[in-house]
Amino acid sequence: MWSYTFRRVLMTIPTLLAVITVCYLLLHLTPGGPFDSERKVSAAVLANLQAKYHLDLPLWQQYLYYLKSLLQGDLGASFRYADWSVNDLVAKALPVSATIGGLSLLLSLLIGVTLGTFAALRQNSAVDYLVMLLGNIGSVVPSFVMGPVLILIFAIWLPWLPAGGWMDFDVRYMLLPMALLTFINVSTIGRVMRGSLIEVMSSNFIRTARAKGLPTRTIVLRHAFKPALMPVVSVLGPLAISSITAAIVTESVFSLPGIGKLIVNGAANRDYTLVLGLVVLITVLTVLINLLVDLAYAWLDPKIRY
Amino acid sequence: MTAKRTTLSDTLSAALDNPSVRGRSPWRDARERFFRNKAAVASLVLLALITLACVFGPMLLPHSYEDTDWDAMSLGPTLVNWHLFGTDELGRDLLVRCLIGGRISLTVGVLATLASVTLGIAWGATAGFIGGKVDTVMMRIVDMMYAVPYLLIAILMVTLLGREFYLVVLTITVFSWMDMARVVRGQTLAIKSREYIEAAHAIGVSTPAIIFRHIVPNLLGIVVIYTTVTVPGVILTESVLSFLGLGVQEPMTSWGVLIEDGTGVMESTPWILLFPALLLSLTLYSANYIGDGLRDALDPKDR
Repeated sequence: MWSYTFRRVLMTIPTLLAVITVCYLLLHLTPGGPFDSERKVSAAVLANLQAKYHLDLPLWQQYLYYLKSLLQGDLGASFRYADWSVNDLVAKALPVSATIGGLSLLLSLLIGVTLGTFAALRQNSAVDYLVMLLGNIGSVVPSFVMGPVLILIFAIWLPWLPAGGWMDFDVRYMLLPMALLTFINVSTIGRVMRGSLIEVMSSNFIRTARAKGLPTRTIVLRHAFKPALMPVVSVLGPLAISSITAAIVTESVFSLPGIGKLIVNGAANRDYTLVLGLVVLITVLTVLINLLVDLAYAWLDPKIRY
Repeated sequence: MTAKRTTLSDTLSAALDNPSVRGRSPWRDARERFFRNKAAVASLVLLALITLACVFGPMLLPHSYEDTDWDAMSLGPTLVNWHLFGTDELGRDLLVRCLIGGRISLTVGVLATLASVTLGIAWGATAGFIGGKVDTVMMRIVDMMYAVPYLLIAILMVTLLGREFYLVVLTITVFSWMDMARVVRGQTLAIKSREYIEAAHAIGVSTPAIIFRHIVPNLLGIVVIYTTVTVPGVILTESVLSFLGLGVQEPMTSWGVLIEDGTGVMESTPWILLFPALLLSLTLYSANYIGDGLRDALDPKDR
């Protein structure tokens, strides 16, 4: 276990380095520098500015400086928002995204696993059809269509909830975005749980348990549930990544001041350093989530060793 | 003796000419299985109709995608002046815009799919054939690509490199080839160690002949399946980029752009959102079902 953990942790380093390097080089491919403007600054001032930000050094030295500041947790300054560092912007936006994303992931695990379990135990029942329908809709109707439709129904035709915006963690503003994210995740989790539980229920050790005369409830909870959860755990990594993607869309649809909105605005304003910083930050987060999921998987299922 | 042999071969050739006895290729089997699947056939027809409409519709309709009809702004769906889908808030005919947008979305879908499928096959087959250290490194790179939040990098690439059409295709391609690479590698590895490959080696068939006569045809089925799975994913990615305002630029349009426009005015004129959303969803839906049908048809043991 420990050697696997160690190797798995080591494996994250090349991934991170590759992403950071590629993004950094992409940034350098773009024409123009931060101090190009209509009004020419004098050569001396420009040289001083460039020296301050190490822009006069060769590329590889600039890159090392960038890595160094990343290691110190400094994502740099924003190109467009004067007086704001990328860290400040992230500190303001991250709680919004994390709250909505985290809560809806928890919620969708609860709902998805429950629905999937009932669907598997009562095949061709109403719950089963609901799960399959959700799965179908979830895979076909994109989130950026579903979001506006939710607004149309619950904010415009039925004026129950605000159509978007954010007010200091007010629950009413969080409900619709969370509903959207939960829906997307439930459609995946429910389908996976249903499939895996059906498979587990037809395996030999379940037949043995039935032969012993155990009641169905005990069989499901004590014997079938845990192995059936394994595929759900394994989709958590991809789900976390798609949640980040979905968060970008959700935050645009509901205009929430989160990371996703920040990155889209940054892209629209060509705020290179902001976008780069956010990409690096989120890549680190995704790689960490994948690491945790893999470790959890290996811990839950001792057969898995790479 | 001679007479007997003649009769036998006559009987044989007569039997072979009889269609009920003729040998069936696996592809013909697959085709028949596919056409028995009603959902898949219906999806195929639907997708064909949407494609045809996108290609030829704008030529047949009396409007251009960028011209304003000053007498009809934010008009609902009507027969008047052939505004079948109505017009947007700038008085541009929505049907023509939807079809033109569909051209872009479908073209991006086809081009990016072709590119990523080619890359995926080359990558996967190379890794599978060579094996060993090369295989390990190549597949580790694929793993790395999976761990990357692709939409973010796509946003970064589009931000930095610009919003040209071919750059959008390139950006999407870079993040869509990994599934194919994995699948092709797995299949190549599996086929490489099959008995019939060994048998072919044993009777002295040359390596290129083995690859083209025995390995490639067996790869083809899974390639076709994963290609149809790639198409909806690619179209979706393009739409997300366009929706976020990072795709093709006005007055050119795509389904994602149209949905984004519709979202802004959905309170007063919901059909501007509804029509492109419906077209996109129908396209994704039918592409998914065609993929499912192909999987059932080409991979019967998987049912």
